[in-house]
Amino acid sequence: MRSLEQTTQEILELATKHFKAAPGSLKAQDDFYKKLGIDSLQALELLSRLEDHFHIELPDYEVQGVSDFKTLAERIQARL
Amino acid sequence: MLDLAKYSSIGEAVRDALETWPGEVCLYESDRGEEKQRITYREFKERALPLAKWLQDSGFRAGDRASIIMTNQSKWLISAYAIFYCGGTLVPLDYKLKPQEQWTLLKHSGASVLITEYPIWRQLSISACRAQVPNVKTVLVTEVPANAELAGAQAWEFAKGADKPTFVPRKREDLACIVYSSGTGGTPKGCMMTHGNYLEQCVALTSIYPFWPGVKYLSILPTNHAIDFMVGFFGPFICGAAVVHLRTLRPEFVREAFPKYQITYVSLVPLVLKNLQKGLQARFDELPPGKRRIFEWLKGINKTLTKSRPILPLSRLLLKQVHAAFGGKLEAIIVGGAFTEPQTLQFFYDLGIPVANGYGLTEAGTAVTVNDLRPFRADTVGKPLPGMEVRILNPDADGIGQVSVRSKTVMPGYLNEPELTAQTIVDGWLMTGDMGRFDTTGHLQLFGRKKNMIVTEEGKNVYAEDVEQAFEGLPVKEYCVFAANYIWPSRSMLGEQLVLIIHLEPGKQFTEELRQEIAARNSRLINYKRIHGIVLYNDDFPLTASLKIIRVSLAEQLGKLNRKETIVPV
Repeated sequence: MRSLEQTTQEILELATKHFKAAPGSLKAQDDFYKKLGIDSLQALELLSRLEDHFHIELPDYEVQGVSDFKTLAERIQARL
Repeated sequence: MLDLAKYSSIGEAVRDALETWPGEVCLYESDRGEEKQRITYREFKERALPLAKWLQDSGFRAGDRASIIMTNQSKWLISAYAIFYCGGTLVPLDYKLKPQEQWTLLKHSGASVLITEYPIWRQLSISACRAQVPNVKTVLVTEVPANAELAGAQAWEFAKGADKPTFVPRKREDLACIVYSSGTGGTPKGCMMTHGNYLEQCVALTSIYPFWPGVKYLSILPTNHAIDFMVGFFGPFICGAAVVHLRTLRPEFVREAFPKYQITYVSLVPLVLKNLQKGLQARFDELPPGKRRIFEWLKGINKTLTKSRPILPLSRLLLKQVHAAFGGKLEAIIVGGAFTEPQTLQFFYDLGIPVANGYGLTEAGTAVTVNDLRPFRADTVGKPLPGMEVRILNPDADGIGQVSVRSKTVMPGYLNEPELTAQTIVDGWLMTGDMGRFDTTGHLQLFGRKKNMIVTEEGKNVYAEDVEQAFEGLPVKEYCVFAANYIWPSRSMLGEQLVLIIHLEPGKQFTEELRQEIAARNSRLINYKRIHGIVLYNDDFPLTASLKIIRVSLAEQLGKLNRKETIVPV
């Protein structure tokens, strides 16, 4: 089983790749809307990528109001 | 379609609809591309009436208020009908609000019943604010997992009365819904909508965009929103049409739903429409040069032939693949909730996909004007709907003034706010706070706002005062939040932003530490409520005798400053 740190790291890597961010530029505490300059629909696209990667289903309500990678990682970790 | 002139209430009309089309499907529910259920009008009735009886047995009476906080799904509409059947008043709330915001509105509305989903209740039940809302006595929760803690609530699925409920008639002037257009942080603006408001609005809208048995409406906007309540519930039901709900609203599942259900209508906010445009444009750009030339040629023919009105069969023939991606049965995309860029509207119209843009506000009973597409005018928000009187107050030299509306669809007022109501509805005319003018052909064009608010591309209304709480306790002498366009009027409805005005304590400097604190507080706000800049103001704010900020005067003073030079980034 992955640790929360590993999960967070994998999310950051996936987001970096998906949104073509500079390697190493994203941090766990970052607000992804602000840091990546994305809108709510682009954030939903990221969720689908994360579901595929972690082989989980993340219902919409679980990520309602979440805007930083750390909280997102906690929600995913709870479903692993 | 039922003849709505014969009816006095939403409940009465839907009751007849359920008897008129018993075998027609009224609801489809799909999750992640898999259909979970389809419900006929007969089955809808069989599910709603036991709930109505249960509510009546638990003491729910005519005029009592019941709130629904749910995502778009069948149980939302079944519960709403059960509430109307009992003669109750519905309080639809946004499931995306934070628990404390939902409790604030539940308290303000005076709701005695709350119907919600388990994941939402899980958050609501542990919120400290719950103790301050004793008016909510009964809570029904859907989709409760086995052995889950209900925290004083009851399972919706078991809320079934044994006998037949008694239908409670309501008059047109009775309250049907309390719809909150804002007020989660400041003054709650609960629009009191009557049954008459909805009946009149439905007649007006369906005269331009009709529904019929076989129509499938894709419900994406939250059903608590005035648009989806009308075109994703009441409108389709009184015409024997069907509503499609998706339990997971991701772009890929939305795209799949169009061909799968051969969707007839969908309502979208501008943000989603622009996303669709981006996706389509990327696909067009990938076409090999030869195919691209043919595509542009066919698009050109379509554009020429549909100049005066849409000709859907022709467009579907000419641009077959584009229309197939939308299911081939799409009559129109209804776009609302916020201002849409003309170029986005034109992009779709050129592909032969009519986009029904319009202008409206909850207070006016949803839509005031709608583009009738004859001809399509991307640069306007259309003409007033039948029954709507729209006039421009105090027009300037360019004919631009405040848009005001008089109609049977306009609400009687805001709940518990007589003063605000008196300011908003003057001699029967609703002061919209939006600036506009009519062109020579009677189409309305919008040019900014008079109100201290913004509307985001996601269709979210954000009142500046509602955001101020987030900055409470900031180490400054005074602060307040303004919509930048309220201070520096702009003739545009696009790219609206909020700014924080601060007046520092005497002798203090604006430090990096203070900027960081503002940024930290800002990031705790939901993304669409965030401020985009800080304005340093060196004088005392003008105050009333009761020490309230006189916003109009302060905005006037701030307006003398240069916008670009004054705003410091957060």
